[in-house]
Amino acid sequence: MSVVEKTSEVVAADLAVSAVVVRFAGDSGDGMQLTGSNFTEATALHGNDLATFPDFPAEIRAPAGATFGVSAFQIYFGSEEVSTAGDDLDVLVVMNPAALITNLKDLLPGGLIIADSDAFTDKNLARAGYKANPLEDGSLDGYRVIIIEITKRVIAAVEPYGLSHKFAVRCKNMWTLGLVMWLFDRDRSITVGNLEKKFASKPEIAQANIAALNSGHSYAETAELPSGVEVYQIPRAQVKPGLYRNATGSDALAYGLIAGGRLANIPITFASYPITPASSLLHTLAQHKEFDVVTFQAEDEIAAVCAAIGASFGGTLGVTSSSGPGISLKGEAISLASATELPLVIVNTQRGGPSTGLPTKTEQSDLNQALFGRHADTILPVIASSTPSDCFDVAIEAVRLATQFSTPVLLLSDGYLANASEPWLVPDLTQFEAFPVQFETDPEGFSPANRNPETLSRVWAKPGTPGLEHRIGGIEKDYDTGDISYDADNHQKMTNVRKAKIDGIAKFIPAQTVSQGPTSGQLAIVGWGSTYGPIHQAVKRLRAVGVDVSHIHIRYLMPFPENLGELLSGYERILVPEMNTGQLVEVLRSKFLIDAKRLNKVSGQPFKIREIVDAIESLLGESS
Amino acid sequence: MNAPQKLTLKDFSTDQEVRWCPGCGDYAILKTIQKLMPELDTPKENTVFVSGIGCSSRFPYYMETYGFHTIHGRAPAIATGVKLSNPELDVWVITGDGDGLSIGGNHMLHVLRRNVDLQILLFNNEIYGLTKGQYSPTSQVGTRSPSTPDGSVDLPLRPCTFALGAGARFVARTIDTEAKHMTPVLKRAHAHKGASFVEIYQNCPVYNDGIFDYIKDKKSAADSRLVLAHGEPLLFGVDNQKGLRFNAASLQFEVVTLGEAGVTLEDIMVHDETNLVLAQMLAALSTPDFPEAVGVLYCKQEVSYESSVYEQIKTVRAKKGVVDFNEVLRQGHTWTVS
Repeated sequence: MSVVEKTSEVVAADLAVSAVVVRFAGDSGDGMQLTGSNFTEATALHGNDLATFPDFPAEIRAPAGATFGVSAFQIYFGSEEVSTAGDDLDVLVVMNPAALITNLKDLLPGGLIIADSDAFTDKNLARAGYKANPLEDGSLDGYRVIIIEITKRVIAAVEPYGLSHKFAVRCKNMWTLGLVMWLFDRDRSITVGNLEKKFASKPEIAQANIAALNSGHSYAETAELPSGVEVYQIPRAQVKPGLYRNATGSDALAYGLIAGGRLANIPITFASYPITPASSLLHTLAQHKEFDVVTFQAEDEIAAVCAAIGASFGGTLGVTSSSGPGISLKGEAISLASATELPLVIVNTQRGGPSTGLPTKTEQSDLNQALFGRHADTILPVIASSTPSDCFDVAIEAVRLATQFSTPVLLLSDGYLANASEPWLVPDLTQFEAFPVQFETDPEGFSPANRNPETLSRVWAKPGTPGLEHRIGGIEKDYDTGDISYDADNHQKMTNVRKAKIDGIAKFIPAQTVSQGPTSGQLAIVGWGSTYGPIHQAVKRLRAVGVDVSHIHIRYLMPFPENLGELLSGYERILVPEMNTGQLVEVLRSKFLIDAKRLNKVSGQPFKIREIVDAIESLLGESS
Repeated sequence: MNAPQKLTLKDFSTDQEVRWCPGCGDYAILKTIQKLMPELDTPKENTVFVSGIGCSSRFPYYMETYGFHTIHGRAPAIATGVKLSNPELDVWVITGDGDGLSIGGNHMLHVLRRNVDLQILLFNNEIYGLTKGQYSPTSQVGTRSPSTPDGSVDLPLRPCTFALGAGARFVARTIDTEAKHMTPVLKRAHAHKGASFVEIYQNCPVYNDGIFDYIKDKKSAADSRLVLAHGEPLLFGVDNQKGLRFNAASLQFEVVTLGEAGVTLEDIMVHDETNLVLAQMLAALSTPDFPEAVGVLYCKQEVSYESSVYEQIKTVRAKKGVVDFNEVLRQGHTWTVS
C-alpha cells in the first residue's frame, strides 16, 4: 500500500505553513536557556501554541567552545495544536562552532542559520573539530545563513553603560534574542520587564542587556538580510478559550501537590535530597510556605523518604521526590510505608541511566523499578504524567490515592516533562472534587488494624489524639489487633489484603479511554508518560490521511484500569513506543497475553514524530 | 472540671509480652522510663516513641503511647519527619550502638547537627544482639564474635564523643540498672529543647555479659565512675578522695588524690556543662586510666530546628497575608484566549 508516500507529503506540508521549530545553541555559559525562556514567554503572549525542550549538559560551566558543553533550547510554535518540541529545525541560532557542529544535523535542508562570526575563531574552530571555517568554505550552501559579527556589535551597543569586556560580551544572547524576535514579530516588552526584575540591584547590567536586545532588533529591521529572510507571520493558534500561563512540568507538579493537599484538607511535608533533574520540585515548593507545605532538605535520599514517612505517621501527607538512583536508595523505606500502610507520595523524575547515566537527559526506564523494584511483595499504585500540564492533575491524583487508600504512591515524571514548558490553561481549584481526609478520633472499638470495608484502607489515627495511642512497625501485624504476629496464616492474610487493597483501586479510577481514533480496529499505539506528544502528533497525521490507528495513553500503570485488557483485545495490533528497552510492553504481554510490539529509543532525547510515523507505517506495511 | 487523673507506671505499660532475654538491661531501662513518664508534664497522647531495628528498638511496643518501630538506622530521620509534621509532639528516639552509629550513623550526625527537638536514647551494649552477637562499632578492640573469631581489630567509636563532634547541644551518659541516676538525667534530656543525646550503658547478658561490671560493681564503681554535677568539682573514688586536675602543659587531665602532694580541692577542675572543650575531654575519659563520666556532660540551649522552620513559615505568612491558591496560579505572565 502507498501509505508511506502519502503521509510524507502531508507531514512536510503541515510543518511548513503553520509552525516553526527554532533552536538556540551555545556554550553553557552563553545564556541560551534564558534566551529560550524569554522567547517562549513572548511567543505564548503572541497567541501561538507551543512546546519547548531545554537540552543542557551535565557540566555547569564546561570549557568555552567545547562540544560537550553545548547548551540548547528548542521551541516549536505555531497556529496549530502543538504537543511536542518538534522534529527538524527551521531555524538554528549558533553562538559558536561547537554549537553548529553538534546541531546542524537536525536542521532542515534550506533551513536558516544565524551565526556569530566573531566566535568562529581558529581556536574555537579547532576545539569544535572544524578544519576550515564552515561559514566561509561553502559547506553550508544548502542552507540560508545569516553571518553577523554579533560580539562586536554587542560591545558597541552596550558601550555607554561602562561594563567590563566580560560583562559586555555576556549581553550577546539578548542581542541575538532581539534579532530573532524581529524575525517572528514578537513583543520585547516582557523581556525588558524580566531583565529589569532580574538585575534590579544592578541597573547598569539591566540597561545594557535591554540596549543589546533593542540593538539586535533594529539591526534586523534595517540591515540587508539575505533574500528570503523576512518576518514570519504565524497566525494565532485555535486553542481552548480561557486564561493561560506557561508552566514546566515541574511547576505544574509542585502546584498539583499543593492543590492535592488542599483538596485532601491536609498539610504536606515535602522531604527531598538534591538530584538532577528532580530538584526544581523542592525549589518551587520551598517558595510556597504561605500554603500548608513544609519543605525539608534531608541529608540523603533515605532520610528524605523516612522523614516523609514520619510526617505521614504524624498526621500530614509525606511527599518525597528524586530521580531513579535516588528512588533505589528509598526502596527499603517505601516498603515500610507499604507494610505499615501509611500514605506517602514518591515522585520519580526519571533520567537516563543506569547509575549516574545521563543526569540531564530524559528516559522512561524506571517503570520496572516503580512496579517491581522493592523487596518482597511490596505492591503500590503507580501513575504517570504525560505532558507538562498533566503533571498538575496527576499530582492531585497521587495525593488522592495515597490518602484514600493508606498507601505509598509512585508518580512517574521525567526530565523532559520537568523542564519542558507549554501553555497551561490555568485550572480553577474550586472546580475539583475535594477528598478530605478523615482522621480517626473515636477510641470506641479502635484498633490500628481497622479498615474501611470498601477501600480496605487502614485507619489513620494521628499522634496527639487522646485514647488512640497505638504502635505500628515493619514487623508483620495481626490482621485484627495490629499487634506483632508471626503466625503463618496471618501473614498470608495480610499479604492478601495488602494486594487486594491496591488491586481494588481499579474500581476507583476512571476507565481507560482512547485519546484518538476508534475503540477497536487495526492498530493501537499504546503509550505512557512523556511520549504522549509525539504519539499524538504521529497518530493525528496518519489518521488525517485515512490510516486506521488509535492512540491509547495509560496514566494508571498499577493497577491498570479495569477495562484495559478488553479494550486492547479489540485491536488487531498493538505498538508500544517507549524511551526504554521495552518495559510496559512486557507487562502488557504478560498480563493480557497479547502480541504487543515494541518501539524503543534510549538516546536521552524524546521521540521525534517522524520516528513514530515511520514505525507505524512499517508495521502496517508488514501486514498488507 | 475534674482535675486530670494522675497517671502511673501502669498507664504507660502495654499488654504486649516483653520479649527481651532474661536479665537484659533493657528491662530496667523500660521500667525506669515507664515510671518517669507520669512525672513529665506531657499529655500521654502527645508522646511518641520512634525506634529503628535491634533489641532496643522493640521498645515502643511496650510503651502505651504512640509508637513507630521503623527500619534499621533510620529512626532519627523518621522522628525528624514526625516532629516537622507536628512540633507539639514529644518525640523519643530509641536506638542502639549498631542501629544509631553504624547503619544509621549519617542520620544520627545530622539530627544532632540540626538540633531537632528529640530525646535520643542510645542503648550501648557494644554488640549486635538481635543478629546473634557480631561485634559492633562500639565493641572494644579484640572482641571475639562470630564475625571476628580472632578478635576485632578496628577502633571503637565513643558515642558521646561522636555526638559532641556532630554538634549536639545536650550530651549525657547513664547506666541501665541505675534508675536513681538515670531518672534525673532523662528529666534533664526531656526538659532540654533540641536534640538531647543520652548514651545508656546497657548489659547484654547473652552476647557481651559483664562488660560494664567495672562501673556497676560496688567494689570498683567508685574508682571507675565520675558522677558529674554542674558547678561541682570532678571528684570520684571512695569518699570522693580522688579528683581530676587539668595539666596545662599536656592539655590533659591527671588523676590526683586530695591531701597528697599538696593537692587541695582548689586544684580540682570544676564541671561546667556549658564548656564544650571540657565536655569533649570528659567524653573521652576511659578506664582503667581514668574514671568514666556519667551525668550531663554538655548542655547548651539553642533554638531547635523545627522551631526555626516554623518561625520562617510564620514570617512568610505574615508577609504574604492570606493567599488564595487560585490567585497564585494566576500570578506572573498570563494571557487570555477568547
